[in-house]
Amino acid sequence: MTDTQPTSYEAAFNALQEIISKLEDGELSLEESLKLYEEGKKLSDQCAKLLEQAQLRVSTLGTNEEGDVPV
Amino acid sequence: MDSFDFFRPPILSVTALSNYLRELLETDDVLRDVWVKGEISNFTQPRSGHLYFTLKDAEAQIRAVMWKSSALRLSFSPRDGQSVEVHGSMSFYPGGGQAQLYIDSMQPVGEGMLFQEFLRLKNKLETEGLFNQEHKRPLPRLPKHIGIITSGSGAALQDMLNTLSRRLPLVRVTLAPSLVQGVEAPANLLRSLNSLSQIEDLDLILIARGGGSIEDLWAFNDENLARAIYKSRVPVISGVGHETDFTIADFVADLRAPTPTAAAELATPITINDLATALKNADTVLNGTITESIATRSYQLELKNHDLRRLSPIQRVNNAIQTLDVLHERLDRTIQIFLQQLGFHLQHLDNRLETLSPLSVLRRGFAIVNDTQSGQLVSQAGQTYENQSVQVRFVDGNVPAILHPSNQEKL
Repeated sequence: MTDTQPTSYEAAFNALQEIISKLEDGELSLEESLKLYEEGKKLSDQCAKLLEQAQLRVSTLGTNEEGDVPV
Repeated sequence: MDSFDFFRPPILSVTALSNYLRELLETDDVLRDVWVKGEISNFTQPRSGHLYFTLKDAEAQIRAVMWKSSALRLSFSPRDGQSVEVHGSMSFYPGGGQAQLYIDSMQPVGEGMLFQEFLRLKNKLETEGLFNQEHKRPLPRLPKHIGIITSGSGAALQDMLNTLSRRLPLVRVTLAPSLVQGVEAPANLLRSLNSLSQIEDLDLILIARGGGSIEDLWAFNDENLARAIYKSRVPVISGVGHETDFTIADFVADLRAPTPTAAAELATPITINDLATALKNADTVLNGTITESIATRSYQLELKNHDLRRLSPIQRVNNAIQTLDVLHERLDRTIQIFLQQLGFHLQHLDNRLETLSPLSVLRRGFAIVNDTQSGQLVSQAGQTYENQSVQVRFVDGNVPAILHPSNQEKL
């Protein structure tokens, strides 16, 4: 799905909120609202995935070493 | 010797000399930033609020002034005979013809130089407005990239990483390891702060250190560090020592946390659980909107369908068919009755016909006699002759016969 693009959680969630606002406003054609809904579900799934897979990424200045610090 | 007169320096006025002396004192590196210990004597505080006294020890004395603005911040009431440690600068007071120490901070002896220096710097920066609430930058509610300045080996770092990992593992952390105590620590902290400032997407900095003595935490009372924190592009949360420890860095930071762990907590006001809840709600709303949208349309469609059915020409056709059916039925019934009546009538005529038929006479046992040759009906004995050939007709067939009237019996 969309997990190939490194979208930030905030960006995805904000997009989801926007879609919801549009849907709540109504005044959309059925086709439009279904399209938006589909898009919203995708974003919602993406957000859930990001939350599920989230892991603190720690890098240290000077060493240029990136990775998970044992926590 | 007279020739020397030409090169004699110009004769100074007393004012010029005084001014020169004052300039000399005020530009001297030692005298403009000096700590002095002594005993107060000749203490006076006129209505102006300024303090005038003499600082002395066994061998010497010097005039001292503390302006009202500084005097207001004193944490004690000075009196004659008290031993004090003071900080200030030397200058020359032309009007009184004497060198004076202009004091900006003063503590009773025993409160410690470090603490006094801390108070002095605190007052100074506070006066400059570095701690002003208006300057505090807003913290990001959902930081994406946090810089941490602390010891790379301390427990404070692990505490902070644990807390961040637990509360908001979405966040990225860049660690700028730094010495956090000793003479090199302030410069080290400053360098780390500057390095972090260059990371473009960094939206929050935590500067932290675990607990320790006032000497251990001293690096966080550095004036340059304080100014760098003040000027930092990125908002800064400090978490130095324990709840009871306050450093200059704490005052100048945008938010002071009591401990490193608390700094990591305050850095993440929104946790991953909050995000998950919000997402779930959003999902519910999303599903709700589409379900409602479809339900609304479905209802509207049902209404229209109803209208359509009501207005359909089919209905009229059906009505017509029904009417036709009724007529048809009536027609059927009428014709049946008519035919029945015809039937009855016919039967009646038939019966009558039957009674009139000669055959019915024959059925009763009579027979008809016809002359064979002429076919004439022979109805009387008188018409017969000997050996006349006749046909006798019974109900079920003709029988030829020969008549013998000579044998007749007269009736």
